[in-house]
Amino acid sequence: MTTAADDESTSNVLEAALLDVKNRGGKCFVPYLTGGLGDDWLDIVRAVAAAGADAIEIGIPFSDPVMDGTTIQKANDLALEQGATPHSVLSELRSAPDIGVPLVVMTYANIAFRMGYKRFAASLKASGVSGCILPDLPLEEVDEWAEASAAEGVEAVLLAAPTASTERLRRISERSRGFVYGVGLAGITGVRDKLAESAKVVASRLKSVTSKPVLVGVGVGTPEQAGDVSAVSDGVVVGSAMVALMLEGAGPGGLADSVAKFRAALDQT
Amino acid sequence: MTTVNDALREPTADGRFGQFGGMFVPETIVPACQELDREFRSAWADPGFRSELNQLLLSYAGRPSPLTRCQRLSEELGVRILLKREDLNHTGSHKINNVLGQALLTQRMGKTSIVAETGAGQHGVATATAASLFGMNCIVYMGTVDMARQELNVFRMRLLGAEVREAKSGSRTLKDAVNEAMRHWVAVADTTHYCLGSVMGPHPYPWMVREFQRIIGDEARAQCEEMLNGAMPDVVTAAVGGGSNAIGIFAGFADTDAELVGVEPAGGAAIGRQVPGIVHGSCSYLMQDEWGQVLEAESISAGLDYPGVGPEHSYLASIGRARYVSVSDDEVVEAFILLSRTEGIIPALECAHALAWVVRSKSELAGKTVLLNLSGRGDKDVDQMMEIIS
Repeated sequence: MTTAADDESTSNVLEAALLDVKNRGGKCFVPYLTGGLGDDWLDIVRAVAAAGADAIEIGIPFSDPVMDGTTIQKANDLALEQGATPHSVLSELRSAPDIGVPLVVMTYANIAFRMGYKRFAASLKASGVSGCILPDLPLEEVDEWAEASAAEGVEAVLLAAPTASTERLRRISERSRGFVYGVGLAGITGVRDKLAESAKVVASRLKSVTSKPVLVGVGVGTPEQAGDVSAVSDGVVVGSAMVALMLEGAGPGGLADSVAKFRAALDQT
Repeated sequence: MTTVNDALREPTADGRFGQFGGMFVPETIVPACQELDREFRSAWADPGFRSELNQLLLSYAGRPSPLTRCQRLSEELGVRILLKREDLNHTGSHKINNVLGQALLTQRMGKTSIVAETGAGQHGVATATAASLFGMNCIVYMGTVDMARQELNVFRMRLLGAEVREAKSGSRTLKDAVNEAMRHWVAVADTTHYCLGSVMGPHPYPWMVREFQRIIGDEARAQCEEMLNGAMPDVVTAAVGGGSNAIGIFAGFADTDAELVGVEPAGGAAIGRQVPGIVHGSCSYLMQDEWGQVLEAESISAGLDYPGVGPEHSYLASIGRARYVSVSDDEVVEAFILLSRTEGIIPALECAHALAWVVRSKSELAGKTVLLNLSGRGDKDVDQMMEIIS
């Protein structure tokens, strides 16, 4: 089966890296870290990469993160108070070409729209960022951004939710680049006591319509939950659990320890 | 060049008014927005639904609302002023028009709960009222700051059986109440309708809420024709926060020569700043910094304390069909007192903005007929005004 991505000559660093893990029989681990939060956030990014992340999501703080729960909201607000801007986060990433795994920026549409989609895509590329997630650009609104990002070789990752029809999941999977981000539950980001039943269901539904890597995030907060959902998906995205550690001041060491636990759980899957 | 008749029509299939509007929401709630679009289309084309809604507006909300000719105020300003009295509706503002429509729609969709945001509390009270009438569960998000300055409305909502939840994030005002309501809705959209209070948000809300509010303009047009012997007002004006009362009255006059004037608070003039952005589901003019971070609006009126504006207003501004101006808090206080003293009508601070513009522009408007949408009554604001005036 060929995917739309195969037909394009543009860069697919992110998808290639994740497919490589998948083809070796492994599961992908993609943690989310809030960009610009604290003085040591770049050291945390490096430590997390070294501890076994396959790619890293970097959040660019936005004033109104409507898809995010309290943990990431708090991190956003704090980073904004500390003076983080799209420019400062991307400049710092540009100064750190040694991270060693693909980077995926996650922010909201207005950050990209304000800068202009083309300029935003170009500045991602200049900072060595491979992919980008804008969760408030659903299929119906993504055309302009998909074109602008593709022109710069930045992979536009789309979200696929449990509420979508199978036909819609198929169309999302075709348009998504890098991987398909399966939303684990109907809700916002945050750690839950239990893995929602919808997490494995959405993974399985997505796997039946695409050969691209399918990663599940939102509501995946512990190594056990990550292992559980990865029995079906190709891996996980873990945000709030990581950001909570950043907020606690766990530092590069603390984050690396946590990543190692997720890595171990996924390697046993 | 766009003619006046192109204004205030149905948006494109993807919810656009020119370059504005759209459906910028997380993927999880796209199916709920699409369902709402289908259901609203079918309901609005269904005479049964229309008749049921009209019956409610008549027998429950107290429509039609009168048109009041202001004798003493007109003499004082040298401008003939007509007030569309939405303040006389049940719950004290125009918000009930939209809420009854959405509550009926909620029932039609087979959903049992509604969630809403509120700023001044008027939309929250209207939603809680409709929920009580229809026997639905109701949760209203309200910013911490607004809960403090509109304590009475918080009590009213609770009395009506609604659960009022504090929106503690960000600026803790209307903008954040919208964020919290959307976050809530993402998780429960299968059983819960999001009863948005203004002509903002993702498609189909800006269009649907305008259609529910156009009764203001349709009634006012017929009333003006009668009162003015077939003539139209020279100017139609209303306050603009999200913009539902303004779009409602504008809708009745889109194809006339009347000048349409929207009045924003100086501290929340999204259109005045002319910078488009994307937040809360649509693309529209938005108060934001150079990086796209949404700024906090600052207004004496909690109902207009919003950094964005409904996308159709941005469109009307961009094609020149409506003009948008702004007034200061001080001018609003003066207008609030003026209407109270000359006409025996205590207006909501929101619509006092429109009057403040008329007062400032009285020489420009001399001899003209101005129709002003008096969108709500001022009872909710007297506490706050007591501190400011005395």
